Amino acid sequence: MKRTGVALSIYALAAYLFLHLPLLILSIFSFNQSRFTVWEGFSLRWYAAALHDSQLTEAASNSLIIAIFATAAATIIGTLAAYGLWKRSSPALSGSLYLSLVTPEIVTGISLLAFYQWIFRFLRVQLGMHTVILAHVSFSIAFVVIVVLARLRSMDRQLEEAALDLGANEWQAFRHVTLPVIRPGVVAAALLAFTVSFDDYVITSLVAGVNSETLPMVIYAIARRGANPVLNAISAMIVIGFGALILISERLRAR
Amino acid sequence: MSSPQCVLELRDVSKHFSTHRAVDSVSLGIERGEFFSLLGPSGCGKTTTLRLIAGFEEPTSGEIRLNGASIQHLKPYQRNVSTVFQNYALFPHLSVRENVEFGLRRRSENHIGKRVAEVLDLVQLAGKESRLPSEISGGERQRVALARSLVLAPDVLLLDEPLSALDPNLRKQVRAELKNIQRQVGITFLFVTHDQEEALSMSDRLGVMHAGQLQQTGTPEEIYLRPRTRFVASFLGALNWIGDIGVRPEATRISKQPPGAEAPSHPATVAQSTFLGNCVHVEASLVTGQTVVAEVSRLGDNFVAGEQVFIWWQPADELRFE
Repeated sequence: MKRTGVALSIYALAAYLFLHLPLLILSIFSFNQSRFTVWEGFSLRWYAAALHDSQLTEAASNSLIIAIFATAAATIIGTLAAYGLWKRSSPALSGSLYLSLVTPEIVTGISLLAFYQWIFRFLRVQLGMHTVILAHVSFSIAFVVIVVLARLRSMDRQLEEAALDLGANEWQAFRHVTLPVIRPGVVAAALLAFTVSFDDYVITSLVAGVNSETLPMVIYAIARRGANPVLNAISAMIVIGFGALILISERLRAR
Repeated sequence: MSSPQCVLELRDVSKHFSTHRAVDSVSLGIERGEFFSLLGPSGCGKTTTLRLIAGFEEPTSGEIRLNGASIQHLKPYQRNVSTVFQNYALFPHLSVRENVEFGLRRRSENHIGKRVAEVLDLVQLAGKESRLPSEISGGERQRVALARSLVLAPDVLLLDEPLSALDPNLRKQVRAELKNIQRQVGITFLFVTHDQEEALSMSDRLGVMHAGQLQQTGTPEEIYLRPRTRFVASFLGALNWIGDIGVRPEATRISKQPPGAEAPSHPATVAQSTFLGNCVHVEASLVTGQTVVAEVSRLGDNFVAGEQVFIWWQPADELRFE
């Protein structure tokens, strides 16, 4: 009994190390004085360098703007879509939604690019932030639908009937009963949409224009020129940022 | 049937789901202030009937009238009826008070605080206003569901097996409380149940449903003592069949001597005697091979297996069907 307990703890520790050791090492070396993977003393120089690199800060701000707009749009559209699918289940409609999840990103990216080029024949627009945002909305909707639909399926359908029965119209029933009950699912879905948007490289690099480079695109470009401790600092900041986001959303959920 | 005091009237109402006739030509009038029960086995159409009245389903044909006006095409929130759901369907994110306030707020009514306090007092939930549904007991949840509907003073309160989720000990107590509350507020109750004891003990009148059809309506005494069909007779309680005649076990007499001239008697042999605490069930075989059960007092004669006895009953206790 005691022995298996110890063995289990060791196993769990090993699993967590396997998951997080690379991140830990990255974080440690982001504070390294040296440019190489030899510890030479504590320093914030790479953080300073990252924050003073205008290419990086501009890309980070692009990424944030894109992720915020894409998340807002995808969360609203996806939540409504999930609600519709829950009300009237249609295997064909939900199936085609899942198709967009399993389509390889490179295929999605190329098809979006082809689509935009076709559209550009009729409209005087070019690739830019707006095309990136639209692309991100399109691929995040399926993630939102899946998360929100899971939450809806665990909800008692009679709650809405009870609301109608007590005098609420359809909109009031959704607004005062369904939405509050599924709120944790909607928050989780928005968080997921934000993450996949912020993180995307393949699709974004295909549909981005000259002034819409995102953080992953710039990081990738720097990394291709060789290891650079600035990237350690940037990555550590991203991890901390997302960690904070998850903590905040958990707090909201617990309330 | 269509007397002027009818608050709710169903005229030839049917509901078909593809080929299944869930509700089949049901006509029914419920009087103002009445406690009416719809009784029947599961799948008999009683819950569908309730959902038609609440507005969650639209009838395939027929008319539903509330206070003399057709309501079958109105949305649930346009009808002044309210439902207590079988699983209560309390809003999990709202407190007891907010659950009870919900309907009043949607109708933007006045004196919300006072009315909520009154109804919570009526169902003895004062002091639990700020609890969430997950923080109160099953019996308390049932009372929140009741209060949430009662506070709206509906023309008819629809109750869908509201006691079935409670444990059996609590159920009998809640029966009396519910009946008491109905008397106090004077609201018409339409109570759906599959439990004949519940229906008999609580209702002013009841209707028995079978396979989508309303088989009989009447007072509990009428339905129990003068059932119109074999289904109603056997659903309401145990029945002995002697040829075409049905006799309830408590009306079936058993004696060691022939009863004399007052009633015809049938010789029989005791098969077994079961002590049930408040009474004894004596099972006896007639010469025809039929088995009858007589419910007798434990204070009377003892009957043992193999004993020769006589089975008889009063002609008034006979139930006959076409």
